[in-house]
Amino acid sequence: MALLARLFSLAVLLALWQGVSVYADTRTLPAPSAVLAFILREAQSGSLFFNVGVTLGRVAVSFVIAMSLGVLLGIALGRSRLADRLLDTPLLVVLNTPALVITVLAYVWLGLTETAAIVAVALNKLPNVAVIMREGARGLDPGLEEMAKTYRFDRRTWIAHVLLPQLQPFMVAAARSGISLAWKIVLVVELLGRPNGVGFAINYYFTLFDVTAVIGYSLVFMSVMLAIDALLLQPLDAHVRRWR
Amino acid sequence: MSAAGAEPAAGAEPAALGGAAPLLTVRVDRKVYAKRGGKGGTEAVEAVSGLAFDLQAGEITCLIGPSGAGKTTTLRILLGLDRDFEGAVTPEPSRAGMAMVFQDPRLLPWRSIEQNVRLGLPRAERARDLDDLFTSLGLAPWRAHYPGALSLGMQRRVALARALALEPRILVLDEPFVSLDDAAAASLRALVVEAVARSGTSVLMVTHNVAEAIEIADRLLLVSPRPARLLASLPLDRPRPERDRAWADETRRSLAVRFPGIVAQ
Repeated sequence: MALLARLFSLAVLLALWQGVSVYADTRTLPAPSAVLAFILREAQSGSLFFNVGVTLGRVAVSFVIAMSLGVLLGIALGRSRLADRLLDTPLLVVLNTPALVITVLAYVWLGLTETAAIVAVALNKLPNVAVIMREGARGLDPGLEEMAKTYRFDRRTWIAHVLLPQLQPFMVAAARSGISLAWKIVLVVELLGRPNGVGFAINYYFTLFDVTAVIGYSLVFMSVMLAIDALLLQPLDAHVRRWR
Repeated sequence: MSAAGAEPAAGAEPAALGGAAPLLTVRVDRKVYAKRGGKGGTEAVEAVSGLAFDLQAGEITCLIGPSGAGKTTTLRILLGLDRDFEGAVTPEPSRAGMAMVFQDPRLLPWRSIEQNVRLGLPRAERARDLDDLFTSLGLAPWRAHYPGALSLGMQRRVALARALALEPRILVLDEPFVSLDDAAAASLRALVVEAVARSGTSVLMVTHNVAEAIEIADRLLLVSPRPARLLASLPLDRPRPERDRAWADETRRSLAVRFPGIVAQ
């Protein structure tokens, strides 16, 4: 039923798009069929898969870096008052620095390199993860801590059965909000200083004023990211909450 | 317990013959909380002031006192969770062979009943056969369930199972029957008494329910309102099966006369 509703709204959206494009200038608003034709062409030439693959790789690497560092940082902030006091201000500064500024500075300081691109994306995402994880680590159940102490849980048992299960919902939330953030930023990073990837392709077709290509690329990449959320992150979320 | 009767309890030492040596000696001369007031000022609240007792092998001891008297504070001290007090607990809490059943059962909601019980055991003993334990507590059908699927009474049984699995020398219970209906409380009480009879475990139970204590205790420890002070240590000599309604009422009446502030008529 829910799926049906989704498909219906998608169909309405497409029909609306097709309808409007008939009356609009085809250069600024191409018809869905034209966009589909472009996607198929680009897929046949192989550059679609190459660019999407390159971008996905960047998203994946920076996502893993930002998640692992952000989770550790967030736990430290939530568990230690001193760490929180020391790092709260720098965290706020990074959190409120525009993604563009971080990206430009990364390229200036590290050069127009792959490393700079990944650092820029990871650095943009990391504070969000840390803030979400800090909330999680602050909310640990003190009753369970006492229980773990009286039953003398060893460190491994405590981490696996007491700490992580309490943090898992926060990790999944951070991952889901983080991955959409990461892929939006990665396109900007590619646009500014990479010779390949979806962001590069969109920039290239923008200079040619090829709106069909711009929409085509963004649609494909958006679908890929939605699929990752639906097929990977949502089931993970459900798995984490299965005991409720 | 029959489950692994061949194994000695964790850290078992040859007890002094004759049972004269207590399993645990607790002496809390003073325990003060620094309660934070407004504007950074701190206010000292005295929770315990002179509470000393010991626990003998195979005995059920009930610590009775009004709500908020500092009973839970005393428990936290003797469990080694709170070390900021004047006094001493011997032997060291971690070596006394204690297992705790908390008032709110404090199970891991994301782990099955079975895992909850096994995780309380040291890593080397986790794979042990616990069939008899689960069966004796009526938990066998629930082993694969999550705690959230169980009533509070059943969750307390799981907490009791987790404690008994350790084969403790001392079982510590904090208000184990509170907010249970009469039937659930009675069945859990019977399970505790039965487990004790079977394994010879010594029990320390904290409660504010005098009737409950009179029903199962070998010894009552009466505690004053905050700051907690030991008022009396009273042995109840009559064997448990012979305790009838008349005897319980009589005992309660005489306690009420002697300690009107603690035991209601």
